Amino acid sequence: MDKFTIHQGVAAPMLQINIDTDAIIPSREMKLVSKQGLGEGLFAGWRYTLPNGREPNEDFVLNQAAYKNTSILLAGDNFGCGSSREHAVWALKEYGIKAIIAPGFGSIFYHNCIRNGILPVVLANDEVLALAKHVEKAPQTSQVNINLLECYVNAIDSGNHNTEGKVSDSMNESLRFSFSILPAQQAMLLEGLDGIALTLKSKSKIERFKQSYQRQYPWLA
Amino acid sequence: MNKTLFEKIWQHHLVQELDDGAALIYIDRVFLHERTGSIALKSLEADNREVVSPEHVFCTMDHIVDTLVGRDDNTKVPSGKNFILATREACIDANIKLFDVNDPQQGIVHVVSPELGIVQPGATLVCPDSHTCSQGALGALAWGIGSSEAEHALATKTLRVSKPKTMKVNFNGQLGFGVTAKDMILHLIGKYSAAGGAGYVIEFGGTAVDALDIEGRLTLCNMAVEFSAFTGLVAPDNKAVAYLEGREYAPKGALWEQAVIFWQSLYSDEHAQFDKTIDVDCADISPTITWGNSPQHACAVDSRVPHAPIDATQNQLKALNRAYEYMDLPAGSALKGLPIGAAFIGSCTNSRISDLRLAAKVLKGRKVADNVNAICVPGSTTVKRQAEAEGLDKIFIAAGFEWREAGCSMCFFAGGESFGYRQRVVTSTNRNFESRQGPETRSHLASPATVAASAVAGCIADVREYL
Repeated sequence: MDKFTIHQGVAAPMLQINIDTDAIIPSREMKLVSKQGLGEGLFAGWRYTLPNGREPNEDFVLNQAAYKNTSILLAGDNFGCGSSREHAVWALKEYGIKAIIAPGFGSIFYHNCIRNGILPVVLANDEVLALAKHVEKAPQTSQVNINLLECYVNAIDSGNHNTEGKVSDSMNESLRFSFSILPAQQAMLLEGLDGIALTLKSKSKIERFKQSYQRQYPWLA
Repeated sequence: MNKTLFEKIWQHHLVQELDDGAALIYIDRVFLHERTGSIALKSLEADNREVVSPEHVFCTMDHIVDTLVGRDDNTKVPSGKNFILATREACIDANIKLFDVNDPQQGIVHVVSPELGIVQPGATLVCPDSHTCSQGALGALAWGIGSSEAEHALATKTLRVSKPKTMKVNFNGQLGFGVTAKDMILHLIGKYSAAGGAGYVIEFGGTAVDALDIEGRLTLCNMAVEFSAFTGLVAPDNKAVAYLEGREYAPKGALWEQAVIFWQSLYSDEHAQFDKTIDVDCADISPTITWGNSPQHACAVDSRVPHAPIDATQNQLKALNRAYEYMDLPAGSALKGLPIGAAFIGSCTNSRISDLRLAAKVLKGRKVADNVNAICVPGSTTVKRQAEAEGLDKIFIAAGFEWREAGCSMCFFAGGESFGYRQRVVTSTNRNFESRQGPETRSHLASPATVAASAVAGCIADVREYL
């Protein structure tokens, strides 16, 4: 799994509340029994003019030149609510999204992000709005920087477009916000951990648990 | 020592507290379906990992499988057949019990699992499907996960979980005439928003929940995810025990006796502390319908599309304005009497035998209005057969409904068949998201009784006038 430590990039505002995983990737775009080939279907209903077409809808934020190379989404509350389809996260990842900043997330979506190396950052609504206001001035140069080691997000004014991991010259100190994330989730992202491999280290413990569990609840054994 | 029901189940399944603050939780049952389960199984195999307890894993064909009579592996969904074939092959390879396309027990996972007694009180059950929360109705800790977590559960029999907070939602008093479990949950989400339950496992209780039958509780818990909750659950009572008795995968004989004694210990202690409590007065609940593109856009069927609240934030206004525009319903529009083009009864929310009986009660001796495309899709083949044994199919067909094979069907548009472009649909499903049931369809969520009444009226109708 991809590691996440520090990321700086172009951030696009998609601030309406309750953007669901059907909007992130419509069911009709999940064509293969695969985690790949989904990036094109990202936001298909909004991104293209026709339901099954590929003609870009110029009104959609990610289609605008100003938001070229977007790697961070600034979103409204309850982003990723709805279906558990991990395809939503795979599509975001394939498109190049590294982090999403919102006041809240759909619970399954949040976990799916962590499992796939995308950082979901929870900030207060007015903090997300402040970042959106900052980037809207000049999206390519007014970037957002996210530091998962120290758990803060700040706005950057830089000539360097989308420079991975690079903290640039001029920072907007008034736009620096701390966020919290559970240690388990932080560790998973920082180290790019494979959860299954990690859990299998406890295999004998699980086996012992299973034996006593099955004695206690034999009808579930 | 006072514990909530959730805390008891959590404790029973706690393998290990992890250093990073999460917990390793033992998983009793995994259920898969061909849309997301196929990917989990395929990916597991690609990583050379095994399903450790295949006897505890079940799989069904529900999401993509066609629901037209005479179906086979071919689907209306482009390339859908690949999902069916891949799932079947993976289940055979991993030795997983599969309810295949025309198996007499096939159906929607959250209908099949309770119906066969696969989900049981006090058990943990996960499925890569968000509506797994439905199954909390039987007092299980059941929740939706992604495909990667499904792989984890299959390969380790556990999940790494951060403990959610607890919420109690009490539905106090009695439900009014024509008001169902679907109206209860729509009312709750309408009042407290689609994010109202975020971070919580919700225990539903109160006199009205006690009075619901198990199928009503399944409907109630089904939409806990629409409230953004981790999951929902109801403490198992005698109704839950009676419901499970004799079902295929429920315990038998001495084990049954032992299980029932255990199930009777599954309740929140009198002084157990919840992180949050919400009290709902059932006298405030009318037959409810959604008007917008989020389940939180719910209101009484005889009311009007609400205006934006004066304290709405910019982002809330953005979403509201989009909803008015998308649904072509400005604030202040009346819902009752709004012409519809289609009516759908089905989905894991409302496709059980009690739902079909209720709809049939409304439809008996009546006709669906001209120009309304009315479809009924039973939740499982077992439900379908039972409905046919009771003659319900004849009532649906005589009224002008299409009577189909079991599956998720047009609960969502997967690129195959769909309702018409911008068509207004009254639907017993759980999501009114944009284009959920077809290109820019305008879906109004309601109880199956309201769907039936609206199909007859040709417009959104108040079911109380039809009962």
